[in-house]
Amino acid sequence: MSCELTHSVLHGYVDGELDAARAADFERHLLSCAECVASLEAQETLRSSIQGAGLYERAPVTLRRRLEGELGAGAQGSTARVVAMPPAAWRWLAIAATILLAGVLGWRVISGVREPSMEASYAPAIVDAHLRSLQAGHLEDVVSTDQHTVKPWFDGRLDFAPPVHDFAAEGFPLQGGRLDVVRGRTVAVLVYGRRKHIVNVFIWPTKERDSAPQTGSQLGYNWIDWRKDGMELSAVSDVSPNDLKELQRLIQQ
Amino acid sequence: MSRQVQGQAVDVSEGQDRLRFEQLVLPHLDAAFNLARWILRGRTDAEDVAQEAMLRALRFFRGFHGGDARSWLLQIVRNSCYTWLEKNRPMELATEFDEELFPQSAVTPESLAIAGDNRERLTRALEDLPPRFREVLVLRELEGCSYKEIATITSMPIGTVMSALARARQRLRLLIQGRQVGNQEAKREL
Repeated sequence: MSCELTHSVLHGYVDGELDAARAADFERHLLSCAECVASLEAQETLRSSIQGAGLYERAPVTLRRRLEGELGAGAQGSTARVVAMPPAAWRWLAIAATILLAGVLGWRVISGVREPSMEASYAPAIVDAHLRSLQAGHLEDVVSTDQHTVKPWFDGRLDFAPPVHDFAAEGFPLQGGRLDVVRGRTVAVLVYGRRKHIVNVFIWPTKERDSAPQTGSQLGYNWIDWRKDGMELSAVSDVSPNDLKELQRLIQQ
Repeated sequence: MSRQVQGQAVDVSEGQDRLRFEQLVLPHLDAAFNLARWILRGRTDAEDVAQEAMLRALRFFRGFHGGDARSWLLQIVRNSCYTWLEKNRPMELATEFDEELFPQSAVTPESLAIAGDNRERLTRALEDLPPRFREVLVLRELEGCSYKEIATITSMPIGTVMSALARARQRLRLLIQGRQVGNQEAKREL
């Protein structure tokens, strides 16, 4: 005899999609149905086989580059959206827009003079390094979820001591660390997980003053960059900007 | 004068759209490529179709009013894939899974575990599934989508998602075991 539930509800159960009452019903059913028990076990094995086989295929760098070309320079950000209005208003709008535009350009020029923005300097190199680490299977030199293993590993390899902490409890488990070279400079990299995603945190010493977190995106990856106590830190990932801000807060707390 | 300002206004809001697109949609490029790769069963075609889908998504982006950007993008990717298949390989959409070819044998977790160690074998088994079954498995097991997300992406009711997944897994198991039985027979013949 074939149990009907094996072919339907069991999958909702395996996938964690049943509500509490239906899940409890099914668990009671499991007590008396050998077929469902066997099938459940087989499904779970099948699932871990699929998930453990490395079948996920990431977008190749060539595709990213092609898209970057298509998206072009339009992705640099902007200031305002203008809604439709009667023609008489255009004159005032023209004046306002000119002032606004001058303000934006002026701000960019001044901020450019004051301190070179992250976007203009390191962002492309950091995102490239992040991509390399995903493509080449070279994510960690030291694989460990233990900060007391990762931190000593950096000793003797660097002339500075990067802050190493595990944030597994906050949803950013430490996965390991490695050394990388970004624009000719050796940097420490901490690798954190975020759900199924990877966050690379690049760390190097700086003589610049502390700075508040700056965020941006490049090639579909988000980054957040800040300076604190003589270190510059850049976190890069395909997770959301909010997740990165959360990690930034954890590292700095 | 006013025309000039109008032109700038359009540029400004276009730039803003692109920035939002870069922040919200582009991070899901891996998901887009992975889904295309599995529906189309090849990286080269997937690269072309994923690129085309991303550009379509950018064009439609004004119509995206927040919500789940990944599901929104994957819906477009999926549609692009099926359009591409209809045009280039219509036979693939017509093939139905022939259960007669894969008589059901006793399923043991052990036999699946052995099969699962072999990436190549799993890949071939997945690729032998009809695309409608393959896509739900890929969305669920590789992309980690919920039933609700899969329902949005594939335009199926949630109940259908569950039964499609059940059938897809059943068939995948048959395919893996069919292969194993086949391999064992081949060995015996040697």
